[in-house]
Amino acid sequence: MTTISASPEAAAPTAAASTLDLAGVSRWYGNVVAVNDVTMRLGPGVTGLLGPNGAGKTTLLHMMAGFLAPSRGAVTLDGEPTWRNPGVYRRLGLVSEREAVHSFLTAYEFVLASAKLHRLPDPEAAARRAIALVEMADAQDRRIGTYSKGMRQRTRVAAALVHDPQVLLLDEPFNGMDPRQRLHMMQLLHRLGDAGRTILFSSHILEEVEQVSGTVQVMVAGRLAASGDFRTIRRLMTNRPHVFAVRSTDDRALAVALMAEVSVTGVELDRAGLTVRAGDYGAFTRALPKIALAHGIRVRQLTPEDESLESVFSYLVEA
Amino acid sequence: MSTVSWITARGLFGRRRFLMLLPLPLVLVALAVLCRSLGVDPGQWGPPVLVGLGLAVVLPVVALIVGTGVLGAEIDDGTVVHILTKPLPRWQIVLPKLAVAVGVSAATVAVPLYVAGVLADSVRLGLALAAASALGALAYSALFLALSLVTRRPVLLGLVYVLIWEGLLGNFVSGTKVLSIQQWVIALADRMAPTELLSTTVSVPVAGVLTALVSVGFTVLAIDRLRSFSVAGETS
Repeated sequence: MTTISASPEAAAPTAAASTLDLAGVSRWYGNVVAVNDVTMRLGPGVTGLLGPNGAGKTTLLHMMAGFLAPSRGAVTLDGEPTWRNPGVYRRLGLVSEREAVHSFLTAYEFVLASAKLHRLPDPEAAARRAIALVEMADAQDRRIGTYSKGMRQRTRVAAALVHDPQVLLLDEPFNGMDPRQRLHMMQLLHRLGDAGRTILFSSHILEEVEQVSGTVQVMVAGRLAASGDFRTIRRLMTNRPHVFAVRSTDDRALAVALMAEVSVTGVELDRAGLTVRAGDYGAFTRALPKIALAHGIRVRQLTPEDESLESVFSYLVEA
Repeated sequence: MSTVSWITARGLFGRRRFLMLLPLPLVLVALAVLCRSLGVDPGQWGPPVLVGLGLAVVLPVVALIVGTGVLGAEIDDGTVVHILTKPLPRWQIVLPKLAVAVGVSAATVAVPLYVAGVLADSVRLGLALAAASALGALAYSALFLALSLVTRRPVLLGLVYVLIWEGLLGNFVSGTKVLSIQQWVIALADRMAPTELLSTTVSVPVAGVLTALVSVGFTVLAIDRLRSFSVAGETS
C-alpha cells in the first residue's frame, strides 16, 4: 500500500488553531476490526474523509469526537485525549449522521439550548449568529419536526457551531441533500475552513466531494488507504483504467482496430463479445464510434463495467 | 431550571408514552372512592388497593416509565448526543435528569396515594404514604436511570425486577424482600403512620439505609457510565 503524497496544509495555522491527532488508532468489536492502525493529523482547512460504506469512517469519527474508546492508540485534540474528557467540547463540534433532533423544539430553541449548555456569556446572540450562518433565520421559529431534511441538517450544524469551535466533525453531512443544499453546505464548510477552522466531513459518494479543494483521506476496509491533495486523487480517479463490455457485428475485426487506439490498453475476445480496457474514459468513448464507422462495424452494446465504489477505492489503494 | 432539566421535561411531556402515566393513578383514586362510598370496611380494601395496587404497581410502573424515559428515550433516538457534546461534567447531566424523574414520578404517585390513604384511614396515613412513596420514587428512579445506561433494554429489565423479583419471588423466598424497594416503602410508611393496613417485613433502619444506598449508589453508577458513554458501533 502506498500513500499518495500529502500536500502542504491549505491554510497556515493561526495561533488559535487546533490540531486533531490520531496515533496508531485501532478499534475492534470482538473479532471484527473496524478501524485498523490509523494515523493522521488534521489541521486547519477542509478535509474529506472518503470511503465506501462499512470502511470504518463513522467509527473513526466517533473516536475523534470522544464517543468511543480506541482499542489501541490515542486520539488527542491539542494534546488532550478526547475520550472521557467533556472539556474538549469547548473546542470541538460534532454533527452526527443520525438525524436525531428534538423535533418538539423550534430551531431557535434548539440552538439556544446548545448555547446555554455551553455556558456562553450571551447565548441569545450566539444562537442568532449560528442560525444566520446556516441561513435558517427565516424558519427559526418553526418546530424542527416541520423541516425538510436539508433544513434539519443545517439546524444541527448551527447547534454544533454555536460555540464557535475550532474543530467541526460532520458525519455524512450531505446525505439526503439536493444539489443546491449540498453546494450551500460545501460553501459554508469552506468559509469555516478558510477562517482557520479544522473541518472534517465524511462521505461515501465521490461526486459529493468534487467541490472540495482541501485534503482528502481515503479509508478502505478500516485502513487509511490514501491521503493527500484532492486534485491529485481526483486525477488518479479520472485516469484510472476503465473496463467496458462491447458487442458488435464483427467482434474480431473491431478488436484488431481497437488495439491501434491509444486510449485502449487491452482487449479480450470471447464468445460473449469484447472486454476492453481503456486508460481514459472520455477518449475511448469518443474514439469507439469513429473506429467502428471507419471499419464498417456496427456496435450493438457498450457497457462500462466495474464502476462500483469499492473498485474505485481499491484502485486508489493500489495507485 | 437548568437547560438539561428543561429539555428533559419537554422531551418527557412531549412523548406519547407520557399519557400512559395517567390511567394508573386514576384507577387507584377511583377504586378508593368507590370502596369508601359503598361503605366497605377499610381493613378489607385497604391492603389490596394501597399496597397491592398503589405501592406494588402504580409506584414502580410510573417510576419505570419516567425513569427510563428521561435518559433512555434520548439514547434510543440518538438525541442524547446533543447534550453529551457539551463541556459539562457528567453529573450535571445525570442529576437534573434524576431530579425531573423523581419530581414527576413522586407527584404522579404521591397525590393519588395521599387521597387513597385519607379515604382508607386518616390524613396521617395519607401523608405517610405520600412521603414514603416519594422516597421510593427516588430509589426506583435512580435504579431505572442507571439501568438505561447499562443495558439496551432498560424497560424489560426494570419490569423483570418489579414483576419477578418484587412481585413474584417475594411471595416464595422471603429473603428477596430485603432487597425490595417496595418493602422499604411499606416499612417507612408504617413507621410514619403505624397502621394495621400495612404489614412490614423489613425493619425501618434497614429500609432507610438501603433506600439511601440504592439512591446514591445507582446515581454514582449512572454518572460513571455516562462518562464512558459509547455510541453504538453502527456503520453506514
